[in-house]
Amino acid sequence: MLKDLNKLEKSINSELASKVQKSLIENQELLIEINEKDLEEVVQFLKSNERFKFRQLIDIAGVDYPEEEKRFQLVYLLLSHENNNRIKISISFETNQVINSITKIFPSANWMEREVFDMYGIKFKNHPDLRRILTDYGFKGHPLRKDFPLTGFNEVRYSEKEKKVIYEPVKLEQNYRNFDFESPWEGTNYLKNIKELEKDGKKN
Amino acid sequence: MVKKTKSLNLNFGPQHPAAHGVLRLILELDGEVVEKADPHIGLLHRGTEKLIEQKTYTQALPYFDRLDYVAPMNQEHAFALAAEKLLKIEVPIRAKYIRVIFCEIGRILSHILNVTTQALDVGALTPSLWGFEERETLMTFYERASGSRLHANYFRTGGVHQDIPLKLVEDIEKFCRSFPKIIDDLEGLLTDNRIFKQRNVEIGIVSKQEALDHSFSGVMLRGSGIPWDLRRSQPYEIYKDLDFKIPVGKNGDCYDRYLCRIEEMRESIKIILQCIDNLPKGPVKSIDGKISPPNRDDLKQSMEALIHHFKLFTEGYRVPSGNVYTAVEAPKGEFGVYLISDGSNKPYRCKIRAPGFSHLQAMDYLIRGHMLADVPAVLGSLDIVFGEVDR
Repeated sequence: MLKDLNKLEKSINSELASKVQKSLIENQELLIEINEKDLEEVVQFLKSNERFKFRQLIDIAGVDYPEEEKRFQLVYLLLSHENNNRIKISISFETNQVINSITKIFPSANWMEREVFDMYGIKFKNHPDLRRILTDYGFKGHPLRKDFPLTGFNEVRYSEKEKKVIYEPVKLEQNYRNFDFESPWEGTNYLKNIKELEKDGKKN
Repeated sequence: MVKKTKSLNLNFGPQHPAAHGVLRLILELDGEVVEKADPHIGLLHRGTEKLIEQKTYTQALPYFDRLDYVAPMNQEHAFALAAEKLLKIEVPIRAKYIRVIFCEIGRILSHILNVTTQALDVGALTPSLWGFEERETLMTFYERASGSRLHANYFRTGGVHQDIPLKLVEDIEKFCRSFPKIIDDLEGLLTDNRIFKQRNVEIGIVSKQEALDHSFSGVMLRGSGIPWDLRRSQPYEIYKDLDFKIPVGKNGDCYDRYLCRIEEMRESIKIILQCIDNLPKGPVKSIDGKISPPNRDDLKQSMEALIHHFKLFTEGYRVPSGNVYTAVEAPKGEFGVYLISDGSNKPYRCKIRAPGFSHLQAMDYLIRGHMLADVPAVLGSLDIVFGEVDR
């Protein structure tokens, strides 16, 4: 499979030479980095090209790196049934950048982009219906951004007095405590191969 | 004279028995014909992805039981595989067999629920009563392996939590011998049933192209005639050594999807029996003390084991930085985990790819032009579970 991936990487690099900024194979998966302006073109090309045939969009994953200048990253996971391989396309961009929607190429991108908008506040150009999808009606903020607190800002409860569900600022008896158990020591190297150990005669 | 008609807006759910959970479907009706459907989801959103970012890998795993709570272990599997791929550790062969047995049990659990509730939605009560009895037996198997019926938390990075007793293996085998008879009974009630066919044949037809465009996977894809199953095409664990068939539909309607599910249950039984026949002996979790916790016995004897135990349940284990996408063929379709690690003991980002999300998205186009009464039939055959759609 890795051999195919190497071939795939090479041919993608040669076909999309000017567009691919970086390509690497890690954990038997191919990832290409492109400029966000080329997104539509690259996705359309990979979908319609007779050699690559990435006909299915699996998912769009947003990632937030608050420290970096290009804060947000979007990873598009594509699958080709015919060739039985996958590709990850990643774009990185700054906070207020508007990204071109790919709903025209893949109708299923509709909800995926809505989810990214909901969770990260990334806006998509030419999206038919960019509403929030998973969070509550009238929700404020974008929960998967790293600066959004885990406990959130508002909580809901049923008020007996007002006979309806009301929103209040979160009140906690005890602040959320996040223990950092991570040891500064690197420790020993992890043992990886069971078979080698079995050879040495050690048992579980 | 042209008579002016106004379309009617109907709010289906979120508290409707045929909505399979908390789906709010806003339907625009022209008489009884659906013109537009706008699903409102997120009523069961629990922020799983956000929570996982705050937990160690061991603590993150139980959240996966709570996604598709009809087949919990299949979800755990995807996350365990992702972590293992980043850690580059091997799983002992016995653990692989046990995992496959329980994944297939999960598939049967899910398909029984789906087939029988779909029948319930179109008016047949008996299948659900018969089916749920079998689900109960299967959940007892879950309980005997992991200690709980639903939220198993059984698959761990590097293997499974503990070995299964011999008696359990025997009982699973006994079940596998008797279950095909139950499938026959269910089929006797439904497959040639005139009412069931009237409600399902040529309803919610999906063409091959549309199935691809709408990111369908699993039965939704196979029902439309695309022979694609991750167990076969991108095999994980021991699936490539097993002999099983992949049922494929022809017309892509609700009825074909029902037939696929029935056949898949039969294939699952075959897989489980093969696994039981060849179940090897040996460890059930990685013997790397830095990843999997020590035995209870060792804890009393060995200082090393005690330290490992303490470190594993406080700090957890660190996962080398990188990103990885692993997918498993869950009962509902391709369930994937896109995991980004920054080298610490907590995932930096864990994107969960739930099959139901894309399936429900296509509701609008599937139901357009159908009658209102077809809404539950189509929804039933999409196999929606809100735990995974809303995450």
